[in-house]
Amino acid sequence: MSLRAVSKHFDDVVAVDSVDLDIGDGEFFALLGPSGCGKTTTLRMIAGLEIPSAGSLKIFGSEVGPLPPNRRPVNTVFQNYALFPHMSVADNVGFGLRMSKTPKADVARRVSEAISLVRMGGMENRRPAQLSGGQQQRVALARALVNRPKVLLLDEPLAALDLKLRQEMQFELKQLQREVGITFVFVTHDQEEALALSDRIGVMDSGRLLQVGTPEEIYDAPVDRFVADFIGRSNFLAGTLEAHDRVCLANGDRVTVPSVADGVVSVGDAVQVSLRPERVMIDRAGAAPEGHASLEGEVATVTFLGNSIVYRVALDWMTIEVETDHRPDLDRHEVGDRVAMWWRDDAIAVVRP
Amino acid sequence: MTVLPDADALETALGEAERRGEVAERRRGLLLALPSFAYMVLFFAVPLVIVLVYSFATRTSSGSTALSDWNLEAYRKLGEPIVRNVVIRSVVLALITTVLCLVIAYPFAYFCATRSATVRNLLLVAVMIPFWTNFLVRNYAWRLLLSSGGPISSFTESIGLGPTEILFTKTAVVIGLVYAYLPFMILPLFASIDRLDWRLVEASRDLYASGPASFRKVVLPLTMPGVIAGSILVFVPSMGAYVTPELLGGGKETLLGSYIVTQFLTARNWPVGASLSFVLMAVMLVSTIIYFRAGGKNL
Amino acid sequence: MSGRSIAPTTRWLLRSNSALVIAFLYAPIILLAVYSFSGSRIPGEWGGFTTEWYARLFDDSRIQKTIGVSVRVALVSTVIATVLGTMSALALERFKFRGRRVFDALLYLPIIIPDVTMAVMMLMFFTQAFDLVDLLFGLGLSKGFATIVVSHVAFNIAFVSVVVRARIAGMDATLEQAAADLYANRWQAFRYVTLPLIAPGVLGGALLAITLSLDDVVVTQFVAGPGSTTLPVYVFSLIRKGVTPTINAVSVIMLLASLTLVAGSVALQRAQAVRGRTNSE
Ligand SMILES: Nc1ncnc2c1ncn2[C@@H]1O[C@H](COP(=O)(O)OP(=O)(O)O)[C@@H](O)[C@H]1O
Ligand SMILES: [Mg+2]
Repeated sequence: MSLRAVSKHFDDVVAVDSVDLDIGDGEFFALLGPSGCGKTTTLRMIAGLEIPSAGSLKIFGSEVGPLPPNRRPVNTVFQNYALFPHMSVADNVGFGLRMSKTPKADVARRVSEAISLVRMGGMENRRPAQLSGGQQQRVALARALVNRPKVLLLDEPLAALDLKLRQEMQFELKQLQREVGITFVFVTHDQEEALALSDRIGVMDSGRLLQVGTPEEIYDAPVDRFVADFIGRSNFLAGTLEAHDRVCLANGDRVTVPSVADGVVSVGDAVQVSLRPERVMIDRAGAAPEGHASLEGEVATVTFLGNSIVYRVALDWMTIEVETDHRPDLDRHEVGDRVAMWWRDDAIAVVRP
Repeated sequence: MTVLPDADALETALGEAERRGEVAERRRGLLLALPSFAYMVLFFAVPLVIVLVYSFATRTSSGSTALSDWNLEAYRKLGEPIVRNVVIRSVVLALITTVLCLVIAYPFAYFCATRSATVRNLLLVAVMIPFWTNFLVRNYAWRLLLSSGGPISSFTESIGLGPTEILFTKTAVVIGLVYAYLPFMILPLFASIDRLDWRLVEASRDLYASGPASFRKVVLPLTMPGVIAGSILVFVPSMGAYVTPELLGGGKETLLGSYIVTQFLTARNWPVGASLSFVLMAVMLVSTIIYFRAGGKNL
Repeated sequence: MSGRSIAPTTRWLLRSNSALVIAFLYAPIILLAVYSFSGSRIPGEWGGFTTEWYARLFDDSRIQKTIGVSVRVALVSTVIATVLGTMSALALERFKFRGRRVFDALLYLPIIIPDVTMAVMMLMFFTQAFDLVDLLFGLGLSKGFATIVVSHVAFNIAFVSVVVRARIAGMDATLEQAAADLYANRWQAFRYVTLPLIAPGVLGGALLAITLSLDDVVVTQFVAGPGSTTLPVYVFSLIRKGVTPTINAVSVIMLLASLTLVAGSVALQRAQAVRGRTNSE
């Protein structure tokens, strides 16, 4: 599936702004972003529930941009499942097959297969209202999968479930995707869910697709400040890119950075350096090992979190958050202590401000 | 990224498809609305305009209406004593009816709102049932009850108060109107009292308000939208009432509604009837605006 | 202290007021029903039990005829108003189109307009329209069954539309999109998803329309022709001449008819409420 410069405007609201995206066959792909960033709209354009304002949208090489939803090899699991309340589980699951005029005998067989695939056997005659949230979720999955779509779209399918059930369903969803082997495009605003489930993640903000990559790439090498901030936590040090592997920080220090990929930022640009709190080492002032960039400052607050300790260290030009393991062999610093902080060169990323 | 050779063409094609989709969607909506839209224009909007036009026409000596000599005569007639008296009487009776309904309905609605769900639903259904039953029959029932020698009269006579002779008086009309429109007052009042945040009442008690004081300062102001909505729902139909004054006032206590009917069916003065209908509608429109301003739509 | 707690005297007053309100609402209807079985010729007097007045109704051909007209008017106007009202409800809730706001406003007017004004409007309209038709085609039309039906539809479309709109507004629009995603075309999505889900609203609207049609005196009186009087208009004219035991009996029949309709709509609401509850779980 490929999207090229796909945009969608609602009157003067730009819901999706020129998105380019390729999703491979059989991939588990997550679209991640805060509420209102255009995830649902992107998904609805793939489903055919919205016609794009501009761009090209291909599934298996054929253009589907203007096609209505009933003529696409795609099915959707809706945000609140959208199960038909007046139909039994079996009738819900069989709806798509009946609408596409599948022979009766086939319908019955495929419905019961789909129902057992999602482990809902024995519940065929219940109404959606008589099912728990997790069960409704499974029926919605069966109702989409029974049509053997080439791509399954899921709009925040787990958002309505409570935490424990959500974790269970995450696992099941992953399992199911391996079993059926089709492409899953999954929308979520929950970064942990995206990291845990997906082969690749696309991060969206304000209608734009900021970065696409594996969960590790997204976490370790964000290219945009928003991405680094939205996934995990990060310190951002302002500076200027002096060479493709060197940044001059706002305090005048020069730090070595992993070489910057083409097209993200260019030499001479104002950039930010993203520094994850848990990648920063901390020790008494002056204890920083040679050969590393380091900063010194004064501990402003100490927060104990059980397995870790978070220090906020005040420099004269910014504050840096540092997270260390809580271990007896590490020195504990107190408020007012002067400390030194350093990091490996590959622990940081240069991002667009 | 592969650049499509026909990327521009595709883009316009999609934009076109999007626009066509929207146009088709709008057309579907219009098509769906069209039959009733046309019906309402022909059989409602056009009649309304005709009434307006007629109110500026002249009544000829033969009783027919000349659609030529346009003037404001019919509106000027509204200032004449006969019509003015009818209007004043209608307003006064409608006001009395509204106040009575309010006084009776508020405690009832308050009582409902403070009951358990079962009792409350039972009471509300009990209010709704007469509201759904035939309007004419409900008026007739009072005619029967109040008739001379009828049940109420016999009862007052038997306890030594003498026969009751209130049929065909203003009192009978007001009783009939209150009876007919009481549910209109109860339901919005109930809705607004039911929605009241009782913690605010508790807070006022905590801040040293007595029971009556907290009612006056907290409950009443907060349920004002219900009071306004209910009052309008009672006042407007009372002003235009026709059946009730006819049956219980015996045609003696002419109200606006009856007067308009007379202008059409007996006096054959259509321009005056039309102008009065318009006045009635103006009252209704102004009231509706107040109703929506008071948040009546949410009740 | 709870905000709802009430002093004992106040509570007692509230209780008695409520009991009186209920008595006030029901006593007249109940007494009417009781007196309809009274043997006395004077309608408000008790003269022993009889069913004579009901028996007389069955012989009264005039009443039979007006009942026939009323029922036919109610059925025909309800069917038309329900179809048109449901269509406009769908258009207003689910579509954008030119003139939508005007249409919306136009549909509010019949609900708030006083009966008398509506009656005047219809009378003038038919008079003018018939004059025009006479002038153009030389056809002498007159008021009758058709004018009553047209007028009843004119106020009932609005009521049906309000009831159905409430139901559609409460229905999740993504259900229709889900149907489209599952290969249903427009018509199939409507037929298999939308319609079954709004059916209780449509039925509720129809019940309201029948009730209002059977209730109407003023508008009908203005647009009825000599041969096409409805029951309420006929009874109204009888009452104006004076109460009679037969009117008591007719009234009770009309009462029963409306009670049947209320029972229907209450049952419908309960069914809806029950379904609503289980759905929201
Ligand atoms: N049908 C619509 N009409 C107008 N604006 C819309 C419509 N659908 C979505 N939007 C707007 O587009 C933006 C993106 O919405 P959406 O795709 O639903 O975001 P997400 O799913 O990421 O929360 C929002 O600002 C939303 O208000
Ligand atoms: Mg969304």
